[in-house]
Amino acid sequence: MVEFSLPKNSTIGKGRTFPAAPGAKNVKPFRIYRWNPDDGANPVVDTYELDLDAIGPMVLDALIHIKNNVDTTLTFRRSCREGICGSCAMNIDGENTLACLKPIRDVKDAVSIYPLPHMPVVKDLVPDLNGAYAQLRSIEPWLKADTAPPPDSERRQSIEEREKLDGMWECILCFCCTTSCPSYWWNGDRYLGPATLLAAYRWIADSRDEHTGDRLDALEDPLKLYACRTIMNCTQTCPKGLNPAKAIARIKELQLERKV
Amino acid sequence: MQDVRDALYIGHRSDGTLTRRPMSPHLQVYRFRLSMFLSIANRAAGVAAAAGSALGVCWLNAASKGPESFKKVQKVTRNPLGKLALAGWTLALVYHFVAGLRHLAWDAGYRFEKKQINEDGPVAVGVTVGATLVLVASIFGVAACRSRKKKAS
Repeated sequence: MVEFSLPKNSTIGKGRTFPAAPGAKNVKPFRIYRWNPDDGANPVVDTYELDLDAIGPMVLDALIHIKNNVDTTLTFRRSCREGICGSCAMNIDGENTLACLKPIRDVKDAVSIYPLPHMPVVKDLVPDLNGAYAQLRSIEPWLKADTAPPPDSERRQSIEEREKLDGMWECILCFCCTTSCPSYWWNGDRYLGPATLLAAYRWIADSRDEHTGDRLDALEDPLKLYACRTIMNCTQTCPKGLNPAKAIARIKELQLERKV
Repeated sequence: MQDVRDALYIGHRSDGTLTRRPMSPHLQVYRFRLSMFLSIANRAAGVAAAAGSALGVCWLNAASKGPESFKKVQKVTRNPLGKLALAGWTLALVYHFVAGLRHLAWDAGYRFEKKQINEDGPVAVGVTVGATLVLVASIFGVAACRSRKKKAS
């Protein structure tokens, strides 16, 4: 449903300020979204003034520094800190990206950090992605074939067939794109969103998969697929430089091609 | 229809009792890039162009009814506000057309790379502004010439 303003329990108040250590020269404020289910209060934005000379170059370094040295209650997901696990996806400086790949120096002035947009917040920067995961499950993102593979080898692909999957197998399912999409904000209960549709096209384009028609049938729906309005936020925001908008357009093209 | 996502807004406190989770901010914090603005502007332009067309039909209808009613409508179109509405309608029509061309290219699978999207946006704005200025200037220019001729004769 299109609802431009936030629900009453979600409006954001002013939080506390944690000043930098006295004597710090290279200070930058980090404004971070906070919500704790035990507080019984609305979310707030806390300000942490950090000495950049004391921390690493990435936004994730700043978050870890806060958690270790300033405020142990700050909650966020992180794992690999090198852009391959997708855990630290969040909204930094107005766009969704991975905190571990976002250099602090790319942000002028204060660094504002929010959870992935238009999602239920579990705590602080941790959104509930179960809805998005369920949608991904619904497109059955695995190889489906009725014929048995050759008894003495794997299913072979030519170099050209394999190249068709480039730009899709690299997706780490961080859902930065899905949660950047206004169509998904308003219709995310039925629209599958860019990440899931990119995954769907990855299997449609796979020469070894034998259920292309079924996959296209399942997507032929006014909202599941066609709620994409080519707003392009997905492609603009993908921290891995992938192009979900193009993958969605390819699915639409295939839908049309098989009708004519 | 109920939004099935509502179920995901039920959270737990540390003591196990239920609470309602907040929704993370979206429009409030998201950076409005040109590509995002041009997308919503296309919708707005479509609505404005349709509304303007309805007014255009009123104008034609008045013209078909005879000089009396046409004079009444002319009062509106010669009013500065009427002129502004005419210019706005032209802008909406031109932009909706330009954005339509971009959609045509996208639907055919072209101009999808991030670099191309960011190149085409400013071009679309430039073409829209340029074509609108030319159109509005020529419409008002012709109108001004005609009324001058009428006065002279």
